[in-house]
Amino acid sequence: MKIIIKNAEVYIAGKLVKKDLLIDRKRIAKIENRIDEKADKMIDARGCCVFPGFIDLHAHLRDPGQTYKEDIVSGTKSAAKGGFTAVCAMPNTEPVTDNIASVEYIQLRAKEHGSARVYVVGALTKQSKGEEISEMATMKSGGIVAVSDDGKCVQNARLMLSCLRYASNFDIPVIVHPEDYALAGKGQIHGGKVATQTGLSGISGLAEEVIIARDIMLAESAGARLHIAHISTAKSLELVRAAKAKGLPVTCEVTPHHLVLTEEACLTFDTNTKMKPPLRSEKDRQACVEALKEGLIDCIATDHAPHADFEKEREFDHAPFGIIGFETAFAVLYQELVLKGIISLETLVDSLTSRPAQTLRLPGGEIKPGGMADITIINLKEKTLFSKENIASKSKNSPWLERELASRVLYTIVGGNISYQDQ
Amino acid sequence: MNPQFLGRNVFDLDDYSREEILYILEAAKGMKEINLREYKKIPTLRGKTVCTLFVENSTRTRMSFELAANRLSADVVSFQASVSALQKGESLQDTVYTLNAMGIDLYCIRHSSPGSPQMVNKYSGKPVINGGDGRHAHPTQALLDIFSIWEKLGSLKGLKVTIVGDILNSRVVRSNLIGMQKLGAKVTVCGPKTLMPGNMESVYGCKVEYDLARALSGADVVMGLRMQLERMSEGLFPSLEEYSKHYVLSAETLKYAKKNALIMHPGPMNRGVEILPEIADSSQSVIVEQVANGVAIRMALMFLILGGKA
Repeated sequence: MKIIIKNAEVYIAGKLVKKDLLIDRKRIAKIENRIDEKADKMIDARGCCVFPGFIDLHAHLRDPGQTYKEDIVSGTKSAAKGGFTAVCAMPNTEPVTDNIASVEYIQLRAKEHGSARVYVVGALTKQSKGEEISEMATMKSGGIVAVSDDGKCVQNARLMLSCLRYASNFDIPVIVHPEDYALAGKGQIHGGKVATQTGLSGISGLAEEVIIARDIMLAESAGARLHIAHISTAKSLELVRAAKAKGLPVTCEVTPHHLVLTEEACLTFDTNTKMKPPLRSEKDRQACVEALKEGLIDCIATDHAPHADFEKEREFDHAPFGIIGFETAFAVLYQELVLKGIISLETLVDSLTSRPAQTLRLPGGEIKPGGMADITIINLKEKTLFSKENIASKSKNSPWLERELASRVLYTIVGGNISYQDQ
Repeated sequence: MNPQFLGRNVFDLDDYSREEILYILEAAKGMKEINLREYKKIPTLRGKTVCTLFVENSTRTRMSFELAANRLSADVVSFQASVSALQKGESLQDTVYTLNAMGIDLYCIRHSSPGSPQMVNKYSGKPVINGGDGRHAHPTQALLDIFSIWEKLGSLKGLKVTIVGDILNSRVVRSNLIGMQKLGAKVTVCGPKTLMPGNMESVYGCKVEYDLARALSGADVVMGLRMQLERMSEGLFPSLEEYSKHYVLSAETLKYAKKNALIMHPGPMNRGVEILPEIADSSQSVIVEQVANGVAIRMALMFLILGGKA
């Protein structure tokens, strides 16, 4: 199929340039000032931007095992609706994605029914129990892009060292969800002012920082590639800064919510403000924004974590951690950071495209002749009402429900196929 | 009937102004008088139904709420469940839907999870009085504490109130900090560092002391808090004996406070741990009277919220 996109502002090498774009089957065939060929479809994108498809290194598609929350079909629909053309599926499924058969199941489902590419992250330890190393080399031959016990964290430093050494043997990046269980305790929100005020148990920043410090040291010793998931505190960032200054292959990501929300949001007891790591202090949030601007943080990842209403409609203490993220990531950050002049559009787009691609060495992330036809067309001047009725995800757990957000995704094209089109 | 209070929730005292708190105290004074009569009942809330929804055990507080409702002639139903039962079976949401279908006008809830009163209000659309939600808030306790001081000393303005004990786990402290300071008291909290939440000064504008003598120095009112044995297994303090050595309210330690300082405790007391009997039973102590005032305060709130006729 040939698609021509006319009159668009195309994001090429950090700049928006007025171009026409020809997509021929899976590739971008031409980027020229004016293209007037015959095509199967012509999209007039006047006033809109064409960005490389967003790439999310951190998502929970809940398939197999918890498909009442989300499945590969609904999860990738939600991703495409948010402008994402590729997402990394975390392995905390039921059963845990810790073996080649489970990896292939996800790949197959995504290939046949998905609206976005799905890259599989395999478990770091068997069943993510933190006891024995998973068959990660076999899973790598099946196409996993990283290993992680995300949602859990290997507490045993000796085993973690062993995992890192084994992963480095096969050049598999290790994604760590940094959380010291004893320090986190029964914590529900950030161990700061709002925890004191609400009486909700706190999760101190130390619970994250202690593990980051440990894993940087272990990864250095093992010679492993370490990617730190959802970094959230100022002190964590200082640890990453020191590691990078040493030249260690350490990378990190931040979620949209840690860039725009703080612990103050929890004062309402809305369980859609409950996630791990918790929303931190204003000082931590600002440190994350600054680190994103300066490039210390490598990319933005959603940590899309769907939960059903009946699970979130519980007492705060008993509600599960996590929020959905695909459909609000770009809009919220564009509205709260770009439009307010805090970060540039370039920083935002790069952090969702080329930079995550580089972090895990994934294809795509840029628009170039001959490149993958993974793009998203967004009108930055329109708005989207983010309401329960028009969320594509099966779950509706978001702190931005019923809010009007800046920008609107009009099309998402994955490998030359239109996988999402605004109605 | 004061429309200002009609249908209001009592999640915590931050929703109430200084003037409103004083109004509640005045109302409670009238209610206390009723409780001293031989015939302790007025017909003002006839036809209204009050539900006590207790998901955490507390016989005393539940009795106090139920007595308050009874004395105003409201019908009272009681729902008791353990958190584990609510976890396994019907959710809080469904429980409230069920109760609400039976025509409840006011809920009084006790729950171990902060924020659950807000949930009950959200699901029922009816006013809710918080009878204690986890470590968060216990506004009726704070109001009765404030009432007890106000009644004895006339005003809280400029008083030094020192609260001693497990500050970390105390909802009573949090609500009292808000309420007492609104009425002009200066509150000092005191306890071991491991039982003191962070940011107390910046969140509440109170004073924090780790040394009992300094904390008690010049205090007009001294409140002890229950020290719970389970904090030991949580690694927060080594033994009741050692705790007591440093933080017990005794004749000796109270020498630092003002002479005749008011002695309070929200109960139940661990005599010999946080407070010695000589103090708990002294003429300075209002501990037993606090309980009586609790009924009056709860009557006043129900009366005001449900629009009882005077």
